[in-house]
Amino acid sequence: MTVTIVETREAPAGASRPPAAPSRRRFWSASRRDQLAGYLFITPQLIGVVLFVLVPVGLAVWYSLNDWNIFSGRLEFVGGDNYADLLTDPQLPSVLLATVVFSGGIVVLNIALGLGLAVMLNRRFRGVTFFRTLFFSPVVVSVVAWTLVWGFLLQDNGGINGALSVIGIDGPNWLQSGDTAMIAVIVSQVVRSVGINMVLFLSALQGVPSELHEAARIDGAGSATIFFRITLPLISPTVLLTAIITIVGALQAFAQIAVLTGGGPGLSTTVLVYYVFQQAFEFNNIGYGSTLALMLLTFVMLLTLLQWQLRKKWVFYED
Amino acid sequence: MNTAKKLFGAAALTVSIGLVTAGCAAAAPEPVETEAAPGSVDLRMSVWTSNEDQLALFDSIADAYKADHPEIGSITFESLPFADYNTTLTTQIAGGNAPDLAWMGDLSKDLIAADALVPLTDELEATKGWDYDDLLGSVTAEFSVDDELYAYPFSNSPFALYVNTDLLTLAGQTLPAEDPTWEDISTIGAAVNAATGKAGFVIRDFDYSSWNTLATVWTGWGASAWSDDGATCTFDSPEMVDAFQFLHDAAFVDKSMPGPGVAADFFAGDAAFTVAQVSRASLLDGTFAYDVIPLPAGPEGDYSVIGQAGVGVLSSSAHTQEATDFLAFLTDPENAALLAQYFPPPRASLLTGEKLAENNAKLTAEQLQAVVVDQVPDSVTLPNHTNPAEIAQKGKAAFDAMWVADADVEAVLGEVCEAIQPVLAN
Repeated sequence: MTVTIVETREAPAGASRPPAAPSRRRFWSASRRDQLAGYLFITPQLIGVVLFVLVPVGLAVWYSLNDWNIFSGRLEFVGGDNYADLLTDPQLPSVLLATVVFSGGIVVLNIALGLGLAVMLNRRFRGVTFFRTLFFSPVVVSVVAWTLVWGFLLQDNGGINGALSVIGIDGPNWLQSGDTAMIAVIVSQVVRSVGINMVLFLSALQGVPSELHEAARIDGAGSATIFFRITLPLISPTVLLTAIITIVGALQAFAQIAVLTGGGPGLSTTVLVYYVFQQAFEFNNIGYGSTLALMLLTFVMLLTLLQWQLRKKWVFYED
Repeated sequence: MNTAKKLFGAAALTVSIGLVTAGCAAAAPEPVETEAAPGSVDLRMSVWTSNEDQLALFDSIADAYKADHPEIGSITFESLPFADYNTTLTTQIAGGNAPDLAWMGDLSKDLIAADALVPLTDELEATKGWDYDDLLGSVTAEFSVDDELYAYPFSNSPFALYVNTDLLTLAGQTLPAEDPTWEDISTIGAAVNAATGKAGFVIRDFDYSSWNTLATVWTGWGASAWSDDGATCTFDSPEMVDAFQFLHDAAFVDKSMPGPGVAADFFAGDAAFTVAQVSRASLLDGTFAYDVIPLPAGPEGDYSVIGQAGVGVLSSSAHTQEATDFLAFLTDPENAALLAQYFPPPRASLLTGEKLAENNAKLTAEQLQAVVVDQVPDSVTLPNHTNPAEIAQKGKAAFDAMWVADADVEAVLGEVCEAIQPVLAN
């Protein structure tokens, strides 16, 4: 809100009023000073957005229209050729399928488990703080370190199969089989990141007025009814927030794939962002890599926009 | 002072510091063609070693060069992690921050094809006392096009078979007295695995991913990844099918090679044999008795494979002449002898077991004679091609189908060719 203060001086009573001087407002009024301070406060962030978001996106658009031989430095304008390559790339369908499976798995499990854990740990019982800390602690571990450890656990002769063998189960070769590699990657990452959603949901649950629950109970509502009719609508803004965060995070997951499977076996875990890296920085196809990156950007924007629009239907705001 | 004034002051200070910093950065020397002012040339060389002794050796050679070349301000050896070396180097090149000189492995073909390397032959031949003819043809071929050398092959480390003789004894096994074959190694390895639970033979760094390292096996069957001109995939050849059938049986039938997803480090005592470069001998820590012998014979007889590293001058350098001159100094006979203590040299005059043993505490002169000196002249290199990363990835995606128990070896190799042939053809 902008407040404009106009300074006035009244002449003492009885004094003869001097001839009216032309009205002069100081240029650096308090209002303008506040505005300037505001702009200066956001300037560092604005510079960051321009330099590290808008300029790279602009460059990506330019590179996507060119074929760039990195080694010779030659940049050749090819127009829409890289975009046409999207239609003929034999690997892209597998990559998109892997992206959908990975992102879908991460989102569904992360939100469902996060909410489930939050509901369980939103009660008062002995050791609740310990369990909250336990489930949140993986979040603070470096993603690469976490993934490396899981890589060892998931080996054919690793810890997980060792544990399974104790109960007589001959575990699969998790990371080498096309049937299990994606599952292994998803589970390892959900275990690591579910704590974030759990904390957000816990915070939201604690904001739900207990009087509503009590009133519903008095009216004879069961636990399920109370949860789906009262609790869930009241925390739906948080569900929206976590959904957006989780989807965007899943679409940007890179280190997990790079460290754990390298995109294999076959292309079963090659998600889009990893494919972008491969094309641009391993195969040195900067033009095609940029085109793929813009496709990923478009997906993220469309999904976020879609959720934002859908919020009108399913997100409940108290006010 | 109000908030706006404070912020103005801070912003002005920041801008001033930025301008001063930019001014300092802009003081870099101008490129020179032939002669440079004293102290005006700063050279940077990318390497993938982080070994302090090796870096100290490079620094000492650089200091000796600087003493006679006043135009050199500094020579820096930039150590980049091996795993990301190619990616980092190409990113530096793309970002206009390429080094003046760089080590290179499988990136060399791309760099040569793009004219990104300075031709070296004339300069090296013209350097007094450099003795260009001392270089072995088998090791310069990989870095040459039309008899023009683009990178000096400073490291030519043959692959050898390391043997954990303690494990063999424990399993009641002995190596054939002369010229063991791959069949022998697989048989002994299976016996060791059955008796001790340890792995039989391990192709180091393969890990069911880096399939090009399997050239250390398939060459013994007379197979190759592609034709000599690099244009045609030959993974579907009968020789290659036989070689991969041997490997597949070793992993899934004989259990002489650990299967996919099973970790077994020879140097930690987990395996009876490993195929690894001679330079890996530094990993032997004396916790078990060992021997090092040439690669086992295949159906086609004896063979030798080397892994190479070259060093070249990048055309994008602002100081190509000075960088080339420094490279000539770094690799002259005297300094090549110093480098030979870590890197098997490309010079015939330095390739004797006795000379190599002078600085090698792990292997005897006889072992070095057998696994290095006798191997290098007739060796082949690991498969190398332009677009190595794309070929590696597409090949790996197809090869993954090989590493299951019921794989159809011939069909998978056909799919490998199908996957990489378009890249080879380009």
